[in-house]
Amino acid sequence: MTQQQPKPAHIDWISLTLYVVFVLSGLLCIYASVFKETNPNIYDMDMNYGKQLLWIVISLFIALLILLVDEKLFYAFAYGFYGITIILLIATFAIGAEIKGSSSWIRIGGFQIQPAEFAKFGTALALAKFLSGYNINFKDIKVKLISFAIIGLPMIIILLQNETGSALVFASFSLVLYREGLPGWLLLGGVALAILAILALLFPPLNIIIFLGILAVIVLVFVRRTMLLIFLTIGIVAISSIYVSTVNYAFENILQAHQRTRINVLLGKEVDLKGAGYNVQQSLIAIGSGGAFGKGYLEGTQNKFRFVPEQSTDFIFCTIGEEFGFLGSLIFVILYMLLLYRLLVMAERQRSKFNRVYGYSLIAILFFHFLINIGMTLGLMPVIGIPLPFFSYGGSALLSFTILLFIFIRLDANRVNELKSFE
Amino acid sequence: MFLVLAFNYQILIISTLHLPCILFAIMESQIKQKILFGVFIFVALVYVIRLLTLQIFDDSYVRYAQNNVLQEQTIYPARGLLMDRNSELLVYNDNIYDLFVIPEQVKKLDTVSFCQVIGITKEEFIARFEKIKRQKGYAIYRASVFEKQLTISTYAKFQEMLFDFQGFFVDVRTDRKYKYSNAAHIMGYIGEVTEKTIEASNGYYRMGDFIGVSGVEKTYEKELGGIKGVRYVLVDSKSRTQGRYKAGEFDTAAIAGKKINLTLDLKLQELGEELMQNKIGSVVAIEPSTGEILSMVSSPAYDPNLFVGRDRGNHYMELLRDPSKPLFNRPIAAPYPPGSIFKIIMSLIGQHEEVLFPNTEYYCGGGFNSGGLHVGCHAHGSPLPLQGAIAVSCNAYFCHVYRTVVNNPKYPKVEDAYNKLYDHLASFGMGRKLGVDLYGEGTGFVPKATYYDKIYGRNHWQALTTISLGIGQGELGITPLQMANATALVANRGYYITPHIVRRIESRKNPNPEYNIKHWCSVDTSYFPVVINGMEDVVNHGTAYVARIPGIAICGKTGTAQNPHGKDHSIFFAFAPKDNPKIAIAVVVENAGFGATWAAPIASLMIEQYLTKKHDTRPALVERMVKGNLTHKPILNDSTATKTSAH
Repeated sequence: MTQQQPKPAHIDWISLTLYVVFVLSGLLCIYASVFKETNPNIYDMDMNYGKQLLWIVISLFIALLILLVDEKLFYAFAYGFYGITIILLIATFAIGAEIKGSSSWIRIGGFQIQPAEFAKFGTALALAKFLSGYNINFKDIKVKLISFAIIGLPMIIILLQNETGSALVFASFSLVLYREGLPGWLLLGGVALAILAILALLFPPLNIIIFLGILAVIVLVFVRRTMLLIFLTIGIVAISSIYVSTVNYAFENILQAHQRTRINVLLGKEVDLKGAGYNVQQSLIAIGSGGAFGKGYLEGTQNKFRFVPEQSTDFIFCTIGEEFGFLGSLIFVILYMLLLYRLLVMAERQRSKFNRVYGYSLIAILFFHFLINIGMTLGLMPVIGIPLPFFSYGGSALLSFTILLFIFIRLDANRVNELKSFE
Repeated sequence: MFLVLAFNYQILIISTLHLPCILFAIMESQIKQKILFGVFIFVALVYVIRLLTLQIFDDSYVRYAQNNVLQEQTIYPARGLLMDRNSELLVYNDNIYDLFVIPEQVKKLDTVSFCQVIGITKEEFIARFEKIKRQKGYAIYRASVFEKQLTISTYAKFQEMLFDFQGFFVDVRTDRKYKYSNAAHIMGYIGEVTEKTIEASNGYYRMGDFIGVSGVEKTYEKELGGIKGVRYVLVDSKSRTQGRYKAGEFDTAAIAGKKINLTLDLKLQELGEELMQNKIGSVVAIEPSTGEILSMVSSPAYDPNLFVGRDRGNHYMELLRDPSKPLFNRPIAAPYPPGSIFKIIMSLIGQHEEVLFPNTEYYCGGGFNSGGLHVGCHAHGSPLPLQGAIAVSCNAYFCHVYRTVVNNPKYPKVEDAYNKLYDHLASFGMGRKLGVDLYGEGTGFVPKATYYDKIYGRNHWQALTTISLGIGQGELGITPLQMANATALVANRGYYITPHIVRRIESRKNPNPEYNIKHWCSVDTSYFPVVINGMEDVVNHGTAYVARIPGIAICGKTGTAQNPHGKDHSIFFAFAPKDNPKIAIAVVVENAGFGATWAAPIASLMIEQYLTKKHDTRPALVERMVKGNLTHKPILNDSTATKTSAH
């Protein structure tokens, strides 16, 4: 009988240390962004930092629990977790509380739970279990479709709850699929579609179609023409044209006014310093005024005097940028990259496909949050309300990321045992 | 140890068994891993470059952040107090409440309730904002005055709802309050700075600031105004004050205005204004030994408190439109023909030019007759020497004196002699500004030789042509201040000290060194006693007998200045006591008749008040003066600046 409890030596201390550093730094940033000089008590449960402290304690407790349970549990109940999160997501329609225009919250006592956060690790587990099953070959079209379905189901439900940001996070699973055999050109195609979509919003669709047509003609003039290539080119142009028109139509008719404004502001088509642009402008002022070394902890004026809305949640990076300057921001980016790199190394050293797929899911989610959240505060991404993992205020998010990470640490700690089981 | 070895051994076996398969898998996965991490690093690099530009290369955000939180608040200093010579408080400060707006911070304003509280219509509200935007120095993040001088009840209501009116705040500052309604012309008033002043001040003054506009408030603006302080405060996104910027390191404290003691004697001033009520004219009283102005009455006067509060503009317009010109500061600006008091000056100049001696006698048979010219005189004994001629104010006598001065054979030409006379008069402070520390001093008018050249042609005029000058008529214009100053000069037997109104600034006595200098006139001091004796006779048994006060040796001279627009001006100037004079006074009552009727009693009562601190010994005289209403007479717009002729 192999031992099931991981030895401390088998736990990946690097990622665990980074986690602790992030969570504690996050708490300090939350404290900095909401504290009042008249009430500096960090344990005050009425303040966000007091609540966050409580959530950290809860998260650490859950993390410890995860490290102590049998890792087979996650494999065995993967679909179960997935099912529960889906049920919770659907339940929000019935018993959900509406907070800030999104109906994705369930109120439990004094706290609100956002099932959308927990759907991430449910989906990661389900996808990992499915792809690691016997006779599963990703080249199989059925496998692909089921994979997409596993990812798409929670995504659509969350989208219906008006949580565009959280829904978009599920797009990050495409990185996992890429690792597991989804051809690279599909991803590239996806990126190309995204670029086309942006172009479609910036320029009139007809101009883009004409441009694409000219491009196609030039390509066909210079390469050796085969029948296939000609058809392929014409096909791409035709599909792109339809796509561009559709995007434009969808933008004008399906998106809501505030979403249109946000995107227009980001694209520079609108200047709106009082509305949607205000957040970004104040965020840029906060970060930009930090200078090389920052204004010092608790000294950020943008931060202290509440110029940046949502500073303790989605715009928590402003605190780092303003109070710790370029140096602090750089250290943050490096540490975050270090965590991603460490997780990549850990994912690749997994013998079990389940572990690996799960690891890549974690990496993809963490990366996507970084990409959108930091990009948003720097004015490079649209204002999509998703939190910065481990830093942003919010119990659901912290707990969800903690569970996501520690399940992987638990799985990783057990790979030694797996090897032993060969004996 | 063994375990590790066994473990490695295991790997080795597995690796060799599945080598080709695993190798391919590892290669492919490593590439994908690298591609993925490459994407991560790419994104991280883009963000770091963005951070570099935001935080290091572009420093505009530092400024934006400062604009967000830094608010510059002006601390207005308390304006200096004004007191009389006996430290009786005259002017102090009272709180006023101004409503300011920082347009940038006005958010979600409930315009309807705001307009209700302030008491304006919506149209006015919009117009007000338009006006603010047009003002100089307007900035969306800077405070501009929205409504001036809220009433206390509006202020209280506003304070209650302050939180609902983001971007608006009330600034408390002080306005002037005048404890007495006296001496309005001297103290002057304050008003809002003009655009011109703002420009000239290099940014010190801001729209809505107050500054002295007239009187002492204007001339001593620098001392009274103090220095504004600046306080930098931090505000949050709701523009609520969050504390000092860098613990007040860059703040400057406001320096309060200095306390000023005027030379005025409040009691004397009160009496003067009471006596002058319902009359048009001036009183100026000076302490001869110091040049300090003890009293300066300009009648009609106005209540200085009219220039306080939000209706100051309306009150100003009303006063401006009043035909009796209450805003006109007569004592220092209005020129009057001095009339007979000018004979005193001529007596001194005549002696100095050695054409007149104490025993010189001229015959008067009801006037001066020469070459068909006739200047009338009243009945009196004749012929008389100088002292007696002064006492009875003989016109004929002083026409002769004037003739001998101007037609003095000592000088080759008449104009040379006349110019000499002009210089003498200038040394008495006539025809030019004396340099009093009040705004709006007039020069008066003493014609120059060239003036007559223009009228009669050069060398075509002589003493007889301009004979009316000899008795203080004609083109001559002397301000009451110049009259009083000349009296002080006579009292000092030959010198004057420039009259001034400020006695002490804080503890510094006589702050202006200019006002310590004795200005000697060009007439030798030895010629004064006989003239002064004559002036004493005027009061003791001459034309101004009414002014006599037992026990006080008053030296004076009446004047009755003809003017073509109405009744003669009643003029009197005097000093007392004869030896070691304490007060020199000049009184002009327009269109009031003989000098002895109005001006002399007023001067006498004021001398009595000043020297004995009471004026109740002659109640009938006081009553006649106080009740005398001379304003029912037709008031002419240029009555103060009449040109009179002796004919």
